[in-house]
Amino acid sequence: MDAAPEGPGEGSRRGGPVREGLRGYRLIVAMWIRSTMTYRTSFVLTTVGQAAITLLDFVAIYLMFSHIDALGGFTLPEIALLYGSCSASLGLADLLLGNTDRVGARIRDGSLDTMLVRPVPVLAQVAADRFALRRLGRIGQGLGVMVWAVWSLDVDWTAGKVLLVPVMVIAGAGLFAAVMVTGAAFQFVAGDAAEVQNSFTYGGCTMLQYPPTVFAKDLLRGVTFVVPLAFVNWLPALYVLGRPDPLGLPGWVAFLSPLVAFVVFLPASLAWRAGVRSYRSTGS
Amino acid sequence: MRLYLAVTAGGFRRYATYGTATAAGVFTNTVFGFIVAYTYIALWDERPGLGGYDQAQALTFVWMSQSLLAAAALIGGGFQEELQERIRTGDIAVDLYRPADLQMWWLAADLGRAVFQLLGRGVVPLVAGALAFPLALPVDPLRWLLFLVSVLLALVVSFALRYMVGLAAFWLMDGSGINVMATVTSIFFSGMLLPLTVFPGGFGEFVRVLPWAAMLQVPMDVLLGEHAGAGGAAGALGFQAGWVLVLLGTGRLLQSAATRKVVVQGG
Repeated sequence: MDAAPEGPGEGSRRGGPVREGLRGYRLIVAMWIRSTMTYRTSFVLTTVGQAAITLLDFVAIYLMFSHIDALGGFTLPEIALLYGSCSASLGLADLLLGNTDRVGARIRDGSLDTMLVRPVPVLAQVAADRFALRRLGRIGQGLGVMVWAVWSLDVDWTAGKVLLVPVMVIAGAGLFAAVMVTGAAFQFVAGDAAEVQNSFTYGGCTMLQYPPTVFAKDLLRGVTFVVPLAFVNWLPALYVLGRPDPLGLPGWVAFLSPLVAFVVFLPASLAWRAGVRSYRSTGS
Repeated sequence: MRLYLAVTAGGFRRYATYGTATAAGVFTNTVFGFIVAYTYIALWDERPGLGGYDQAQALTFVWMSQSLLAAAALIGGGFQEELQERIRTGDIAVDLYRPADLQMWWLAADLGRAVFQLLGRGVVPLVAGALAFPLALPVDPLRWLLFLVSVLLALVVSFALRYMVGLAAFWLMDGSGINVMATVTSIFFSGMLLPLTVFPGGFGEFVRVLPWAAMLQVPMDVLLGEHAGAGGAAGALGFQAGWVLVLLGTGRLLQSAATRKVVVQGG
């Protein structure tokens, strides 16, 4: 995940910009953490609040299960595994580069210009912009629900399944990160369209917390082959739970998540570079 | 009164300038509408008649919620952060010297915003939902009229709560903590997450009398005809009106306590 914020397109060829990007990212993040800690009560409240907001989705599912025994054929602990893993993945991606969605606002008010003249890759600056440590709240509650799920699930744990759980969370974060970078790049064309990005990240996570059996096949094809969000947790979790994929994909695709995350990062970083290149300042 | 109408029109126009953001919001509401609709279909397949709704009513609940979400600021948004910023920077002193009432001024501006978002972000998701799923939208014009009155009351209840959240900045240095908490309660207790009629037992009864119920659950039930007859509708609107009075009144008390705290520094 460390490679994510500094513009992999530039980084893969030369060593300099990567180190520079990481260093810049670290400095900006440290600055925002210091500023956050000025209002410590507020920090605690927002972190707890962030955890509570995202936990509410699970409370809703829990309330549903006061009326039903299975949703789409899945039990509560099974859904908890889906919910917790995708929540933790999104939280991680959100913490590391969630504020890339502010790039549209920065284009509009002209403050992106300032970033372009600084000797730090723009993506590192945009990613670290207003770094929000409170997002640990979402990661914490996601992991919490996941631990509960793993503990209460009746699964025949094999080495592959055990390995898949942490891999799913980290590769999932990589996939969400790629979506975030693509969304940020899209804002160079569309202007302030942060909400479109949110529908793929937050919307995607809302979808992934429910079993795939709930959704129409066309939608499943879309999130498997077009925007491969199914690799965030559906495919790995189905393997862990020993359930077949509704699209009939073979079991081993569950292990492809890291590869898919890496592959989607390429077009994402290319789109970002194209976006920065095409950028014309508003002049304000 | 003319002044406040002008402020409302200003609020409307201000949000009308964000074309791309509105389109992006419509897209988001539609995407979420689809996701939640599928989960509700699974839920109502399992338990037909859950919460007193059939499946078409449940789907109507989903799509209409998406249409009201931005207008009623159910998951945050609105003016309260701007108010907090003015309190923090001291600009509020200027507002207090205006020949207009502070609460009414912000109410007028927020209603302008809400009406724009009702039109700009409300219509398209509902149409998309109606095209893709069988909805239970009423044909009776009177029911729609009652629904619109109920929505208006919902917007005022939402404002009144957020006004108090905004005023909290007089006592707190930084409002972001209380803003998050306000959003949490609003998402959970309004029915946005799950219709409040699905909440089990005594807890369900409790959440249905809280002010947040007046922000979404009550307008929905008016639309879906859950309050049968003139008496039922009057009861629902009366419940909302009661919360409007209580919350605006409390906000007013809070406002006078807050403004006594203001010390204007010269310079």
